Amino acid sequence: MSEETTEAITEAASAAAELRRRAQELLAAHPPLETDQLDFLKARFDAGLAWVHYPEGLGGLGAPRALQAVVDAELEAAGAPDNDPRRIGIGLGMAAPTVLRFGTEEQKQRFLRPLWVGEEVWCQLFSEPGAGSDLAALGTRAVREGDDWIVNGQKVWTSSAHLARWAILIARTDPDVPKHAGITYFICDMTDPGVEVRPLRQITGEAEFNEVFLTNVRIPDAHRLGEIGDGWRVAQTTLMNERVSIGGMRIPREGGMIGPISKTWRERPELRTHDLHQRLLKLWVEAEVARLSGERLRQQLVAGQPGHEGSGMKLAFARLNQEISGLEVELRGEKGLLYDDWTMRRPELVDFTGRDAGYRYLRSKGNSIEGGTSEVLLNIVAERVLGLPAEPRTDKDVAWKDLAR
Amino acid sequence: MTDLLYSEEEEALRAAVRDLLTDHCDAASVIVRTESDAPHDLSLWKSLADGMGLAGLLVPEAQGGQGATHREVAVVLEELGRAVAPVPYLTSAVVATEALLACDADDLLAELASGRRIGALAVSLSVAPGGSYKAVRHENGSLHGELTGIADAAAADVLLVPGEDGGLYAVDAGAVTVVPQVSLDLTRPLATVAFDGAPARRIGDAEPAVRRALRAGAGLLASEQLGVADWTLTETVRYLKERKQFNRPVGGFQALKHRLAQLWLEVVSLRAAARNAADALATGEDTDVAVAVAQAYAASVAVHAAEEAVQLHGGIGMTWEHPAHLYLKRAKADSIAYGTAGAHREALAELVDLQAP
Repeated sequence: MSEETTEAITEAASAAAELRRRAQELLAAHPPLETDQLDFLKARFDAGLAWVHYPEGLGGLGAPRALQAVVDAELEAAGAPDNDPRRIGIGLGMAAPTVLRFGTEEQKQRFLRPLWVGEEVWCQLFSEPGAGSDLAALGTRAVREGDDWIVNGQKVWTSSAHLARWAILIARTDPDVPKHAGITYFICDMTDPGVEVRPLRQITGEAEFNEVFLTNVRIPDAHRLGEIGDGWRVAQTTLMNERVSIGGMRIPREGGMIGPISKTWRERPELRTHDLHQRLLKLWVEAEVARLSGERLRQQLVAGQPGHEGSGMKLAFARLNQEISGLEVELRGEKGLLYDDWTMRRPELVDFTGRDAGYRYLRSKGNSIEGGTSEVLLNIVAERVLGLPAEPRTDKDVAWKDLAR
Repeated sequence: MTDLLYSEEEEALRAAVRDLLTDHCDAASVIVRTESDAPHDLSLWKSLADGMGLAGLLVPEAQGGQGATHREVAVVLEELGRAVAPVPYLTSAVVATEALLACDADDLLAELASGRRIGALAVSLSVAPGGSYKAVRHENGSLHGELTGIADAAAADVLLVPGEDGGLYAVDAGAVTVVPQVSLDLTRPLATVAFDGAPARRIGDAEPAVRRALRAGAGLLASEQLGVADWTLTETVRYLKERKQFNRPVGGFQALKHRLAQLWLEVVSLRAAARNAADALATGEDTDVAVAVAQAYAASVAVHAAEEAVQLHGGIGMTWEHPAHLYLKRAKADSIAYGTAGAHREALAELVDLQAP
């Protein structure tokens, strides 16, 4: 082993030991079983153990991101509560990194702590009926009025909008320049009287998402993130983080969609046919390879060699989820003709495993649309990874207001 | 957890092998060689084995090898795959060597490790680990019979031959008749081997040696397939940036971009599966599943990549002069070598308890 490697390992080991010490200190000062959950989370944030790679004073210690696992394990072992990350995924995965990178000191101090402890839920007001894959074509207008911006428009596919206290919002502030240049990024107060949230029922029967109508919503300029007209660049930070969080989770073998179907296969021999067997084995292999690819990506990130594989992982998981759940419906035979429940609900969480195969089949259709369609991701891979030329474009140098709509 | 990355040492090894192949294994001469009397490039083999000591990577230092692991061998095979190099590396330095490691034949092991002699396991290339294979009759210290589909037998100095009595026998190539078969893959040619009283020495039991050899061969073949896929994708992308039709680079058309991006995703996935198999062979943990997963996945990727290379090169990809066909033939032959994807899926059905109806 080289001297440098040895040194790096020693350093990492002592950093991990230091984090463990701080975690124990937190546990001693705020015994989890005797402390209110929210108070514990606030104390954890203030101790810099919320997200260790964030700066000091903002819930972190400026430590390597990989060491978060050390803290999580230490606190979990002591029975400490977590911040229910799935409930506040948009805040943690998208809003927070954007506020951290582009926010003012006041914004960081105001927003990050309640976000992380889960006191304030966030949602995302990006997509519009007329701006999906071509997000930069968005038409929601923000017009300056004194120290405020007045916002009018319609957003769509907004999960958690009915629960959210804040939203990250992009809106058009200058229609006279090409579309990417006239966008500004805001933090929108979801309690503003001009915000109307309507559930959007989807093919599963429930309404995970909402339509959000913005009518004369007032946003103080102090809630602008980044420069005026720089919203597109700011939004890239948000979207990159979305793709990483959708595709980059560590899972055990049979941890994803392949788990329930494998279980059914083992428990219900009467359902087995040769055709289903061949297809199941093929998908099992592909799921295992996708899992290994995700693990390899994770190891690359830890080793400081980030790649574009994140986009690739999302592509792979979208297709696999759809094919596996489709096969699962078939495997169920007569039961596959049934559906567990079409009742219109507004769930807080997407739970793939808590429901039947039919739900998984329908819900996973969204996997190749949400967070960038598979078609757009293939373009991104082709252009940014393989360096292939972009399609000729007619919309780049034209003022937004002059584009055909 | 399995280490799926490449170490600095492994990257250095890759660079050294790639340099050698760039200088001594260009596509044009590989094509010419395929139709000559000497399909194997023995001078390249000498540089790899003698010069760089790569034939003995899997053999412990005490037995005359380098004492490295399957992880390093996998890197060598990626590079040999990228060059479709006509050398008996997989067959001698991996498969025959693994068979010897399961036997009692230190003299042969040291000779193979040094690269002074080339070995071949006399089991058809199409047999999967655990699959049934043909054996020949052993009588009074000599062998009688004929075996077909033996890869790289034409280059071998010594053959490791399963006998009907359950033994594995070492036979000098000079004592048998090796007849080349017209092979799909011109860079890894097959041969029939006829035994007409060839003197043979029993070196161990055939079953465990063959099983071990084929498992390592199958697992590491995935890295060769990765090399084949990686080269064909890279070369196709390069060509499509340059090739113009309709006054545009062909690689700018979305229909082709999506196909190449899809292929990239497959290659990235194969890299993870191949590294996992190499690491599992090195550590001995979860090896059967890791090898079967890699082999159930690799063939479709390598074949897809090579088929796309031929198609997307247009007419030029259909010519004998362009090397794409070497990769297509290697990829297709590799899809049968050491068991088809289907055979490995069947093995998985047992290994992970997803039983057939």
